[in-house]
Amino acid sequence: MTATPWKAPKLDAKLKIAIHDKMVLSRATEEMLIRMMRTGHGYFWIGGPGEEGFNVPLGLLTKKGHGPDYDYLHLHYRSSATILAMGSEPIDMLRQMRSTATDPYSKGRNFVNHFAIKPWNVVPVTPTIETQYATVIGTAHMQRRHGGDGLSYVTGGDAGSAEGDFWTCMNWSTRPDHELPVLILLTQNQFGISTPSSQTQNNRHLNERANGFGIRNACVDGNDPIASFHAIVEAMEYVRHERKPYCLQANVSRLYGHSSSSGANRYDEPDCIAPYEQRLIRENLMTQAEIQAVWDKHNAQLAEDLQKVIAEPMPGKEHVLQHVWHEGPAGN
Amino acid sequence: MANLAQAIRLALHYAEENLGVTDIFGEDVGAPLGGVFTATQGLKTAWNTPLDERGIIGMALGIAYAGGKPVAEIQFCDYIYNCIDLLKLCGNVTWSSAGEYHVPMVLMTPVGSGIHGSMYHSHSFESIATHIQGWKIVMPSNPKDAYGLLLSAIAEPNPVLFLAPKALMRQKGAELIPGEPADERTLHNLIDAPLGDRSDWQPNWPPVEDYRVPIGEAKIARAGTALTVVTYGRMLPVSVTAAETLAKEGVEVEVIDLRTIYPFDLPMVKASVEKTGRLLVINEDTEVTNFGEHIIRKVMDEAFYSLEVKPELLAGLDVPGVGLAWGYEQNSVPQQDDVLAAMRRLANERA
Repeated sequence: MTATPWKAPKLDAKLKIAIHDKMVLSRATEEMLIRMMRTGHGYFWIGGPGEEGFNVPLGLLTKKGHGPDYDYLHLHYRSSATILAMGSEPIDMLRQMRSTATDPYSKGRNFVNHFAIKPWNVVPVTPTIETQYATVIGTAHMQRRHGGDGLSYVTGGDAGSAEGDFWTCMNWSTRPDHELPVLILLTQNQFGISTPSSQTQNNRHLNERANGFGIRNACVDGNDPIASFHAIVEAMEYVRHERKPYCLQANVSRLYGHSSSSGANRYDEPDCIAPYEQRLIRENLMTQAEIQAVWDKHNAQLAEDLQKVIAEPMPGKEHVLQHVWHEGPAGN
Repeated sequence: MANLAQAIRLALHYAEENLGVTDIFGEDVGAPLGGVFTATQGLKTAWNTPLDERGIIGMALGIAYAGGKPVAEIQFCDYIYNCIDLLKLCGNVTWSSAGEYHVPMVLMTPVGSGIHGSMYHSHSFESIATHIQGWKIVMPSNPKDAYGLLLSAIAEPNPVLFLAPKALMRQKGAELIPGEPADERTLHNLIDAPLGDRSDWQPNWPPVEDYRVPIGEAKIARAGTALTVVTYGRMLPVSVTAAETLAKEGVEVEVIDLRTIYPFDLPMVKASVEKTGRLLVINEDTEVTNFGEHIIRKVMDEAFYSLEVKPELLAGLDVPGVGLAWGYEQNSVPQQDDVLAAMRRLANERA
């Protein structure tokens, strides 16, 4: 039995409001994670506040499910808005932030925003920021063989695109007669930790690197969720139907720096949420009061979630040797 | 009798037909060459990749994520070093995701010296490999074990590194693989590609059968009471030859073929040391942080009071490479005379 073919949803008023809801949820969650780090409820924070304008539409457009009929996600650690847009529970991110034994993504073993969700084809996120470009070709290879319209997408930053696996991805996905359905995503936030892109790259758009491989590519303002939505639809339609790679760069902000290692303080960069809210008001889709209610709703729920998570058990000696080996039958 | 390369090929063919192998790949793995040692010749799922080791391992992990069963090859282990973080990732996926994903993949790579391979075709890898957690590591010393270990590796739900001793690739076995034709000429005509143009050639596979060497199970290659030798791969036949020489002197050496390097068969090693009171570990890898040191440490932990003399490790010298001129290899990697001398001395050392 194959899955229902993917079809881009209509970007109507309801969806625009839903996008806002998920953007606020993502921002509120990330800000809660930062507060947790500051108040001793977690060791280290790294995440994606500032990328919601691109990552929420991406999550909403993902063909969600398990197996090659659905999209495989090779994410990096700034992809929280994508996962939340797909319907994950924010409390699970709080669990991973606090490193509880109840953390469903890693049982307290990995940093926050390092997901692993097999029912949704979200393969384990690693901090290498490059290996995802190498693994994406494997799931796409299986999808090419399987048929259907499922694709594999990979996200990485401008810094990670300097790694060799980025070039591996483009080379392997354009082998003659073996093109792969890979959507290569580059979120350009202008920094690799503290190093500005201007010191490490030429000033051309990163997506233009794909020209050398004959890969169709584009660049979009990732702070504009409507433009991002349309750009992702165009890219996904191409990859799903042509079964060939596409490279899409999104220019985004990094509102709280690289991680808690640099303080996680708010930086003066464009914020994708505020102008989007003004747009919704201008289009008479929401009022200021309704917008505020969205923030209040999510912040209240997150505060409640935190109290719950604080009471949950932490990993102990009995957890250390669990899952070193898989004991069941082979096959994901 | 099949040689080791043919045994690998037969196992892969069996696994394509019966164990769900979806992809066998690497540089030169597909047609027309079928591997630089011909170990993947004629296989229906074999294909050539770009010369990109990181891509090869990334491809394998991605295939495993998507429900496939990959067997990837790095052409020589000397070229695997730029993939250490990907090997680490393959090994930690199950643990880091708390069991959400696992990695049923096999990575094959030829190891060791003995073919005048110089700096980049002679290295060993098992000691480094055993420090990358989450992998099981096997190394056969003969064709039948290669067949049985490879089938077990392919059926394993965890990543397995299959180390092939390249100097033994053309060595024939002493035992038939189940289903293998008794006449080696017949086997050759069935499964070896002709020289020259082979574009129309297809193998005619013999009806080989299921045969597994369980991962973690060593074998006593030669029984004895005077000394326990623990070894694997290319050093196994060298050790057996030395043991046969010593037998003529009235010294019966027990030689254990580890077959699985990690997790290794400690119970068998321990039982043997309790019988002989003496332990010599032999391998080709360089001596510093050599896996043999771990074997000795485990024996010290669990059978210290059975030891009559201090245990020893005979391994390669700690130099940056195996040099091409014979004088380098001869004097940096254990040779037949070195093995015989070490065994004779340890077996006869006064307790």
